[in-house]
Amino acid sequence: MPKFQGVDYYNLDELLSEDEILVRNTVREFVDEHITPVIEKHYIAGTFPMDLIPKMAELGLFGPTLPAKYGCAEMNNVAYGLMMQELERGDSGVRSFASVQSGLVMYPIYAFGSEEQKDHWLPKLAYGKAIGCFGLTEPDYGSNPGGMVTRAEKKDGGYLLNGAKMWITNGTLADVAVVWAKLDGEIKGFLVEKGTKGFTAPEMTGKHSLRASVTSELVFQDCLIPEKNLLPKSGGLKSPLMCLTQARYGIAWGAIGSAMACYDTALNYAKSRIQFDKPIASFQLTQEKLVHMVTEITKAQLMCLQLGRLKDKNKVKFTQISMAKRNNVYHALEIARVAREILGANGILSEYPVMRHAANLESVKTYEGTHEMHTLIIGEDITGIPAFV
Amino acid sequence: MKIAVCINHVPDTETKVKVGADGKSIDRAGVNFIINPYDEFAVEEALRIKEKQTGEVVVLSLGGDTHKETLRKALAMGVDKAVLLKDDTPRDSYSVAAALSAALKELAPEVVLFGKQSIDSDDAAVGLMVAEMLGWASVAVAVKVEIADGKVTAEREIEGGHEKVEATLPVVITAQKGLNEPRYPSLKGIMAAKSKPIEEKPPAPAQNRAEVVEMRKPPAKSAGKIVGTGADAVPELVRLLHEEAKVI
Repeated sequence: MPKFQGVDYYNLDELLSEDEILVRNTVREFVDEHITPVIEKHYIAGTFPMDLIPKMAELGLFGPTLPAKYGCAEMNNVAYGLMMQELERGDSGVRSFASVQSGLVMYPIYAFGSEEQKDHWLPKLAYGKAIGCFGLTEPDYGSNPGGMVTRAEKKDGGYLLNGAKMWITNGTLADVAVVWAKLDGEIKGFLVEKGTKGFTAPEMTGKHSLRASVTSELVFQDCLIPEKNLLPKSGGLKSPLMCLTQARYGIAWGAIGSAMACYDTALNYAKSRIQFDKPIASFQLTQEKLVHMVTEITKAQLMCLQLGRLKDKNKVKFTQISMAKRNNVYHALEIARVAREILGANGILSEYPVMRHAANLESVKTYEGTHEMHTLIIGEDITGIPAFV
Repeated sequence: MKIAVCINHVPDTETKVKVGADGKSIDRAGVNFIINPYDEFAVEEALRIKEKQTGEVVVLSLGGDTHKETLRKALAMGVDKAVLLKDDTPRDSYSVAAALSAALKELAPEVVLFGKQSIDSDDAAVGLMVAEMLGWASVAVAVKVEIADGKVTAEREIEGGHEKVEATLPVVITAQKGLNEPRYPSLKGIMAAKSKPIEEKPPAPAQNRAEVVEMRKPPAKSAGKIVGTGADAVPELVRLLHEEAKVI
């Protein structure tokens, strides 16, 4: 495979700053040298490439938009998005790891935590000395997280947690879990440390998607956590939803990466695969497929770039992030499927990344707000009528 | 210790280069440019010397505004200062070396690092010309460098082996692959590089001594020929290799 040269049909690099391009190219090179060569093996084995964690930390991939005083790069949201794009071009599972660590663990500690919590956890998480996870979804409460049954009770010396979370990325690996539970009926965030009595995090098995990523249950049985582990500024469903907005923003960019990997593979394959004495790229049906792919990628890029500029100006609406997540993941999955068609039987092999991306994107389409829920979020925004309550 | 690194901004190794309309330069449209890969080893080595001995690393590049991208990358890797000798007229190795040596004379570093060659025009000449012009020692194609007590001890690659050399500072060293594993610029480094200035100044005037009069791609490969299969075909293959291809 020739080295990935990017997909930029509309010369969008002209709209990026020098440092944004340098961030993207650095992560691109990192992915090509450290992720792509090992990812298929991990995917088949169903393991997360643990040795990537210190390398990702050294590069500064965890919490890179947070302030420098915590050891973070303090870069803007467009650079962050480009980083996520390149990581997901490697694999959605690796991008998920970085999304959870940055958007779902470091962000809530930064936004809702005490100074003490921030000083203690953020540098550790930034340097990869600690891994985090985020526990919101429950077995019976997915799209409707407000109905959660996990409870916290005030006791002498802390809070007693009871309940269970499911579909938690990095759960089994995590040193600290950001757990959402109802305290006197109000949703609050708690930090639960690995090894706390009454807390277990068994890994979920049997996945056909995101296989190079650890997914877990979090179980709390009379789990007593110290009072100082409450995130003091959290309150209500809005708090976890603010975290999801961060993570969804990264996913919107990440999906472009998966789509690029599939398009690039399909384009190269179509130019070299000979049938009826000519490359299959010379057939009209194949050309239509490739054109569809590059057009959707270009539209997704334009959408994300403006989304990032709005986010940097603090002007972005969460419904706009919903639109980009919904659109970009939907089209990335379509692109992965069409790429598989262009590659024919070869498309199902681990020699090519397309089947892995297609299988991963089935999860990405559902997690962090399903395609359907994002439709209804935008639907409510434009009509003023909520369709899901 | 002050260390200078001279770096170049060159077409990506994966680029399919086309000859431009003038017939003597490449068509730059759609070509990705990168830091010259051998220069990356030079930057890394400079940073390692600095980390061991303290000091300052300055990078210099001769070229147009686009070279700032490569200077910025070096700053993001941890280099302290960057100088752009701004001039994008076509130059031969001699006039590049003359401009760089004039700038280096003023900068007065103790160690100057180059990549062993620039992968665009592949002259592999500038570093050593600079050493001559400055009257300094030079170590070319280095795969190991140690600096202590005003002296450099280096290993250089020679045909079939290595050669260990010593020289006193100031010295010009050209870096070969294998010297080190260049670091990635960290995201923090990239952000920090934004506040490091790139000093721009015109290079000292120098005349070209060689001129490119024509550039062309090698002729397209003609189709191969199957002489036969199996052991019976060997005598004919040997005859053709000997008489027609003249390679054995």
